[in-house]
Amino acid sequence: MLKGHQSWIFENRPAILSTGTIGGPFEAKGNIPEAFDTLHEDMWLNQDSWEKAQQKMLEEAIQTTLKKARIEKENIEFLIAGDLINQMTPTSFAASTSSIPFLGAFSACATSMESLALAASIINAKGANYILCAASSHNAATEKQFRYPTEYGGQKPPTSQWTVTGAGCALVAQNGTGPAVTSATIGKVADMGMTDPFNMGGAMAIAAADTIEAHLRDLQIDPSYYDLIITGDLGHVGREVSFDLLRDRNIPIESEKYVDCGITIYREDQPVLAGGSGAACSAIVTYGHYLQEVIKGNLQRILVVATGSLHSTLSIQQKAPIPCIAHAVSIEARGEHL
Amino acid sequence: MIFFWAFVIGGLICVIGQIMFDVFKLSPAHTLSILVIAGAILDGLGWYEPLIDFAGAGATVPITSFGNSLVHGAMQEADKHGLIGVVTGMFEVTSAGISAAIIFGVIGAMIFKPKG
Amino acid sequence: MGDKKKQKLQPNQQRYQAFQQKRETKRPVFKNCIKAFLIGGFICFIGQLISTFYIYQFNFTEKTAGNPTIATLIFITMLLTGFGVYDRIAQVAGAGSAVPVTGFGNAVISSAIEYRSEGFILGVGSNMLKLAGPVIVYGVFSAFVVAIIKTILTQWGGF
Repeated sequence: MLKGHQSWIFENRPAILSTGTIGGPFEAKGNIPEAFDTLHEDMWLNQDSWEKAQQKMLEEAIQTTLKKARIEKENIEFLIAGDLINQMTPTSFAASTSSIPFLGAFSACATSMESLALAASIINAKGANYILCAASSHNAATEKQFRYPTEYGGQKPPTSQWTVTGAGCALVAQNGTGPAVTSATIGKVADMGMTDPFNMGGAMAIAAADTIEAHLRDLQIDPSYYDLIITGDLGHVGREVSFDLLRDRNIPIESEKYVDCGITIYREDQPVLAGGSGAACSAIVTYGHYLQEVIKGNLQRILVVATGSLHSTLSIQQKAPIPCIAHAVSIEARGEHL
Repeated sequence: MIFFWAFVIGGLICVIGQIMFDVFKLSPAHTLSILVIAGAILDGLGWYEPLIDFAGAGATVPITSFGNSLVHGAMQEADKHGLIGVVTGMFEVTSAGISAAIIFGVIGAMIFKPKG
Repeated sequence: MGDKKKQKLQPNQQRYQAFQQKRETKRPVFKNCIKAFLIGGFICFIGQLISTFYIYQFNFTEKTAGNPTIATLIFITMLLTGFGVYDRIAQVAGAGSAVPVTGFGNAVISSAIEYRSEGFILGVGSNMLKLAGPVIVYGVFSAFVVAIIKTILTQWGGF
């Protein structure tokens, strides 16, 4: 049901039945290794290209999710997924091997929450019984496409971020025992004329702040309604900018209740500069870490605001500014009611 | 003494590059292209050769020397054949860097896999 | 140019950029320059060692030792690039490892290795000079312009 200007309330409370998270060697050494179902030692996953390795991770995330829910893939109506690589190559190929009816979704690194919001909305309208939603990224595949060859010696400034190698998948269903997806806010594209592709956190911060403001306004609630507001991959720079922006707009947000997946995923002593990024970042940290905290009862209500930078290599070379987006989805422990 | 000046002059040319990276926010491709052009102009003015005599590898190892040797090759042929020599003599002196990079690039692609 | 760019921005965009810039982690320019100086200088020092070696062992002259020195440096770069070390050095060294000819070698070799997955012709062959191409193109073109001017001045200008 539409609420306010750009938000949905899911009154039938679709459930997240299970999740699957896959990571690479760098994530294994990170801050939250327990958030992953499988961690790979080899960046290549025995494949002959980075793109195929990413495809393999997405396939594994889907399989793990199904196995944990004890559901056959024939019972899944739709798969909604996306990634960052040219025309979403890894996702399309993974969708082909899984042979589940497929909807491609692209919001760059905000794909995780776009797919979750769409899945919950279809489930809520009884358009399906089971929907899988997923996002994936691979550090080397992303570097190769958006920046330089992986072995090229380019110095990265302190504002740049480290793309997460991994895949995250969630199974959304009509009813079940998992946490409930209760509402979602679809973000507008924000363009502040920022052109530095090595400072995406700073560019995306405005999109996160806009979407959080819109969500609170549409639902007529206060930030204190949530135990945590979790942004996708703003990193240290973007987190600070968006936090100060929200404070500037008189939104009483508290610093200890405002966290970022890109900061959560890695340890401070890893060479990730401003933090983690990539489509898998918010998917893995949300599904593998914060959602588990909701299941354990440590958190009651969370708002996940995945952020995405919608530029391409073409737009950067043509000196176009970086358009940014953020989508918010709220997840609550079962039993709680709005 | 040449070792000391190689270190200092080579290091200083790199500092110029670093300032172009950090202060003018240029990409590596822009920075290196400008340095090569600078090397060509310096040789045109006749200032690069004395620098090589003074600093040895400090002037021949940085990418600026690439511009210098391209001009040198062109000028050598130009002395013999006039203007047409400018076009044909370009790579006379400077083939080492490009050919070595291409040869070791192909060999590298045969034996290595990117580490990520 | 910076001002011209700024004029095209809306006032709210300008405000945001100023707001953002205050919170952006600054590049440690001075520290980076020191590191670039030390590592860049060290690479040239190694170059001088190699070139001295060629002069004394293989009867090269000061002038002709340049080419084998560069080839040797690029060979070493291939090993460092292939074993995944060069990009780590570069994160510290910045221009210190980009400006010496080893950086040129690294740009060519890393592209060649990376695009191996697209095959030897369309992958390695087409993409090898993707990063280093501009250096060759503008090196050649600027040398052409400089040499033309110089030739005209010396041959017809009576200098």
